[in-house]
Amino acid sequence: MQTRKKYIFLTLLASWLLLFFFGGDQLRRFAFFSERKAESQRNWPHWTDQSFLKSFADPEELQSDGDPSVLSPQERRVAQLSIYKNSRCRMETCFDFSRCEKHGFRVFTYPRDRDQPISESYSKILTSIERSRYYTPNPEEACLFVLSIDTLDRDHLSGQYIHNVDEKIRGFPLWNSGRNHLIFNLYSGTWPNYTEDLGFDIGQAMLAKASFYTESFRPGFDISIPLFPKDHPQRGGERGWLYQDSVPPKKKYLLVFKGKRYLTGIGSGTRNALHHIHNGKDIISLTTCKHGKDWERHKDTRCDKDNVNYEKFDYQELLHNSTFCIVPRGRRLGSFRFLEALQAACIPVLLSDGWELPFAEAIDWGKAAVVGNERLLLQIPSAVRCIHPERVLAFQQQTQFLWDAYFSSVDKIVHTTLEIIKDRLLQHHSRSRFLWNTLPGGLLALPDFSTHLGDFPFYHLQRGSSPSKKFTAFIRATSTAGSLSQPILRLIQAVSGSQYCAQILVLWSCKKPPPPSGKWPQTTVPLTVIQGSSKVSDRFFPYAAIQTDAVLSLDEHTSLSTSEVDFAFVVWRSFPERIVGFSAQSHFWDTEQGRWGYTSKWTNKLSIILTTAAFYHRYYHSLFTEYLPVGLRELVDGLAACEDILMNMLVAAVTKLPPIKVAQRKQHKEAVPQQVGREDGDAGMPLASPAWSPPSHFSQQQDCLNQLVDWFGSMPLVSSQLRLDPVLFKDQVSILRKKYSHLDK
Amino acid sequence: IMCASAKYNTRGPALIPRMKTKHRIYYITLFSIVLLGLIATGIFQFWPHSIESSNDWTVEKRSVHDVPLVKLPADSPIPERGDLSCRMHTCFDVYRCGFNPKNKIKVYIYSLKKYVDEYGTSVSNTISREYNELLTAISDSEFYTDDVNRACLFVPSIDVLNQNALRIKETAQALAQLSRWDRGTNHLLFNMLPGGPPDYNTALDVPRDRALLAGGGFSTWTYRQGYDVSIPVYSPLSAEVDVPERGPGPRRYFILSSQMSLHPEYRSELEALQAENGESVLILDKCTNLSDGVPAVRKRCHRNQVFDYPQVLQESTFCVVLRDARLGQAVLSDVLQAGCVPVIIADSYILPFSEVLDWKRASVVIPEEKMPEMYSILQSVPQRQIEEMQRQARWFWEAYFRSMKAIALATLQIINDRIYPYAAISYEDWNDPPAVKWSSVSNPLFLPLIPPQSQGFTAIVLTYDRVESLFRVITEVSKVPSLSKLLVVWNNQNKNPPEGFCSKVTVVLSAKQRISSSLGNMFFLGCVPYQRIESDLCITVTLPSRSSLSHLSLQVWREFPDRLVGYPGRLHLWDHEMNKWKYESEWTNEVSMVLTGAAFYHKYFNYLYTYKMPGDIKNWVDAHMNCEDIAMNFLVANVTGKSVIKVTPRKKFKCPECTAIDGLSLDQTHMVERSECINKFASVFGTMPLKVVEHRADPVLYKDDFPEKLKSFPNIGSL
Repeated sequence: MQTRKKYIFLTLLASWLLLFFFGGDQLRRFAFFSERKAESQRNWPHWTDQSFLKSFADPEELQSDGDPSVLSPQERRVAQLSIYKNSRCRMETCFDFSRCEKHGFRVFTYPRDRDQPISESYSKILTSIERSRYYTPNPEEACLFVLSIDTLDRDHLSGQYIHNVDEKIRGFPLWNSGRNHLIFNLYSGTWPNYTEDLGFDIGQAMLAKASFYTESFRPGFDISIPLFPKDHPQRGGERGWLYQDSVPPKKKYLLVFKGKRYLTGIGSGTRNALHHIHNGKDIISLTTCKHGKDWERHKDTRCDKDNVNYEKFDYQELLHNSTFCIVPRGRRLGSFRFLEALQAACIPVLLSDGWELPFAEAIDWGKAAVVGNERLLLQIPSAVRCIHPERVLAFQQQTQFLWDAYFSSVDKIVHTTLEIIKDRLLQHHSRSRFLWNTLPGGLLALPDFSTHLGDFPFYHLQRGSSPSKKFTAFIRATSTAGSLSQPILRLIQAVSGSQYCAQILVLWSCKKPPPPSGKWPQTTVPLTVIQGSSKVSDRFFPYAAIQTDAVLSLDEHTSLSTSEVDFAFVVWRSFPERIVGFSAQSHFWDTEQGRWGYTSKWTNKLSIILTTAAFYHRYYHSLFTEYLPVGLRELVDGLAACEDILMNMLVAAVTKLPPIKVAQRKQHKEAVPQQVGREDGDAGMPLASPAWSPPSHFSQQQDCLNQLVDWFGSMPLVSSQLRLDPVLFKDQVSILRKKYSHLDK
Repeated sequence: IMCASAKYNTRGPALIPRMKTKHRIYYITLFSIVLLGLIATGIFQFWPHSIESSNDWTVEKRSVHDVPLVKLPADSPIPERGDLSCRMHTCFDVYRCGFNPKNKIKVYIYSLKKYVDEYGTSVSNTISREYNELLTAISDSEFYTDDVNRACLFVPSIDVLNQNALRIKETAQALAQLSRWDRGTNHLLFNMLPGGPPDYNTALDVPRDRALLAGGGFSTWTYRQGYDVSIPVYSPLSAEVDVPERGPGPRRYFILSSQMSLHPEYRSELEALQAENGESVLILDKCTNLSDGVPAVRKRCHRNQVFDYPQVLQESTFCVVLRDARLGQAVLSDVLQAGCVPVIIADSYILPFSEVLDWKRASVVIPEEKMPEMYSILQSVPQRQIEEMQRQARWFWEAYFRSMKAIALATLQIINDRIYPYAAISYEDWNDPPAVKWSSVSNPLFLPLIPPQSQGFTAIVLTYDRVESLFRVITEVSKVPSLSKLLVVWNNQNKNPPEGFCSKVTVVLSAKQRISSSLGNMFFLGCVPYQRIESDLCITVTLPSRSSLSHLSLQVWREFPDRLVGYPGRLHLWDHEMNKWKYESEWTNEVSMVLTGAAFYHKYFNYLYTYKMPGDIKNWVDAHMNCEDIAMNFLVANVTGKSVIKVTPRKKFKCPECTAIDGLSLDQTHMVERSECINKFASVFGTMPLKVVEHRADPVLYKDDFPEKLKSFPNIGSL
């Protein structure tokens, strides 16, 4: 019995062991054999000796490939200068950086020659440069030069073609074989090949050209600009046509095209095939042969039928009612259609192989357009049908953002060109692709302010960050008394009582020196006095002392309580890109006078928040001082209470949103009349409440408003009908429950 | 099984105590042990490593030395030199890629062969470890196809990673005789070390005709933008040495240079910097007196001080990556791995994957001529940005530099994105590190728009069977001028809506019957009703509703179209005692939710609620017949990152309880349920997306001493 047991036990144990070593493998083979074998053989094999394979380079080689005998860096750079010229120009070989060092990025335009005709578009471009903050009339200071010879149309069959450009250029003493020059061009080459030839030697000049071929584009040197029409506005520009985000983002038509069909010649490959995708339902693709003088000579069998269909649809109507718009190449690569579709929020489907897209160095077109392939035209309908609605919605919004940020006026196109060049000069102070492609766009996000995204008011949500938890109170003192008045003392007390206050800065804009430090009230937060000039625009200078994101801009006569300040700051943290403040005013269109009007009366609307008591982001100080041209700031210094309007317009132009008014105590308003009769004659005196300001100030404000609108090109201010109050404001709840009970009184 | 048998064993003796059955117990125990063993064996054999082990034997066990030999005749054709004007639309055959719903290109890999010239001398090292890893990665990826006829992209198995390790002419001949070569169309070559002495070309010198080149070390003159792909020079050190990520914080050195074979001219410039700025700049060099056995590549020296490489890179804020004979340097990979911000000094160098990666966020590029100013340039970088750059650098390494697999897949993805641009990976996906992706929001309604007043809104009224109050609400709602459509969700499966229901209301009325009864229906407008909402603005009204709609809410929504706008407001609080979230309906100074009893919101959020609600929240809502509004608040806050806007109701009630629109919410159990919902949702979302604010929207002249008749929203908030 005992032995039998032992044997059985042993046998079982043995068989178990056997199974363990071999059976598993056998069974495994059985289980996986059939399905795995077929494909596994063709997969990249797992070499038995793959762990013995040698590395592609031995570590020494990777860490030191240097060979001191070869050219020294200096010699190599010199050698490159002679090799990489003309068609192989790059910034480091064809651009003289040293010209930009002393005066920074300054652009000079050659004086216009009376006898030399200039096209409307080119004169707009020159005006844009002269309007820009980089303009200099002094060639000595200049880093970049722009010719006064109209080089936009270089099609020698065109009436605007200018002859003998070469000769003229050679006569310019500043030409220097084109170094540091920027040449604008919209049309190059002519029938039949429409080459990139400009008809003159551009030498080492940079080319800002529409319809650029990638092959001839010198990356990092040239700039591709969009083709824009003659009547493209100088400044401001029309807004996009998307007024609301529709869900689902579909419009009447899916895909449309209406345009010329080329039967022969360059570009006909695509244009002649477009009619194939027309289905009469959601895809409308209409072509006509009617163009040129002798179209009937080339006409084919389709032409007559097409021409009839062509007239049935209106181009503008199609543009408005389609989700996608085909933007095919014409004779040249770019077309007006591109900007038209962009403005119409009709997502461009590009069929223009080899086109270096406008500003592609900065703009990520993958977010706003479908870059199709001419050869795959017939796949376009199914491809766009497959694009997810959420992506379509994002595309539509991005077209509007790009249109408004970079394309809606000649100013924007030219300034974008200049900013791209400027970014190349100081790589470490340049915009990342993120800045270019996120609201409010590269023109309004200044890398000189900071290259850190968290320092701007716009990107907190995208970066998952939040604005700083403290603010800087910034008080502008203008009293002539030379001593501290009661209001300013009260104000300092109230502000320093706020738990969010980090520091108080006093901008002493009086002729008399500020009182000695002993005279200032004792505060828990540091108080600094900055000596300022009497200019009003000084108020918005980006003082290095302002360290917090939030600035509470105050006037010495402002009266605020601590809880008002606290509440406004808490609200501002929810809206860091806007102006949050107390006293509001409103603009309106005065139909009788045909101009913008301005009111400080109590109205149901507001569009301006006075900066005598307002929170805003310190970035706007930089924007005000650096983005706006000097002339505009001088205008503000000369007119009463104009700086408020300009600041509000600037912020509204950036955000496209109204400012925010918050609750304030009643007493505040009643206190206002006492402040008015101030005897200081300073015209630029910001008033706590212009409701009571003398009529002369009032008309000056009207003037200011209209002059500023003229500069912006359109009215950037946006109206709001709201005020943000504490949650329990004036509610029938015990005062003890209210956090901001003081505001209720 | 294990558990059950164990129980049996312990119980055995007690259950069967008789001596006679002793053997049986023995056998049974023995048998169960063996059975257990067998099962365990089976599991052990099949389960945990079935995938690897199956590869071991199903894939032929072959050695690299056994691959077929191909003899290249001396006069076999050589491809043309690379064509600098090649672009996707000229040299690439897109027809091969075709349209496919997955939007993925198919990649074929030629099988490995050993090439020898006429005299039997091998053309190159058959395959390097890295190239083998790269091809393995491609063959394991979804891009891979074994069908040469369906392939869109061809990857030769001829290893050209290092130009120094191959014979140029013969390699070119080997390429030309590939079965689908066709002038190199749609062929992709990977090269990391291009050029050779003395002039070190910046692109692979092997004639390759139209083939695409994924190259490390391109200059702007050799890189064909939109055609070639710039890739990093892989550093095998990263596989050997584990350098854990280092958190933000001050580092010992400000600038560090670790390269060994810098040109004397560069070195003297660096030393000048060091002389000027002292300790904060560290210039390392090769060690001269290392004892035998210590690998020189793992050590760096400064005078007599010896440092471990690459660990020393972690001690510095900025690390210099200077060009050498080649533009691309393997040290870039080491620097990124250490989370050190690379200072790239290599004029005209095309940075790795520059087509998709935003290097300005991870590096500082300084022109060679500006080297003397390096210190002041770097000093001007804000501290917070440095921290972000360090994080970004490390993320680039982890995602795109770490292994040959990462390099291969990123390269293929870039080419894929060119062919299917409408399905391309976004800038954010390429560039945002996971931490940012997690904490950031990308608002789907990001464009600041104030929708036109004229558009009107669709009201959605949810009802069960309280017809009386339904009619009252409908009458009330239809008084609002901007109403364009009224949608009644009839939520009772057992009862039809009353006869003549539709004739009583002047506005178009759609009754949706027989959808499963749930409160979530209000947002679950997936099939029919979702399309029926014509305007982009929705409002929901729950019964019984004592509050009335005001024109004010509509105006508030216009100014905040991407938010939930409504009343009454509610708050979530952290209960420190219970250590969980709590729902609060008392009158508080803060708001984080609005009840959707009367809330305006964009129609887009209906779509999101229906299709994009994470986890099982919708089921939870249906099962509990509650909290659909909290779920909506979570969803909107999570996707926009913004708070709700509470609006002053037109009429106010004296007692706080009366305003509670959810009439059910009075009792304690309800509060507990609502709190539970918040906790449940917070765990599903993995975070608390709700934003607490202290403000409310009122009309500009609210409660101001101003004639009511002149106000646009008169008598708001009266008793």
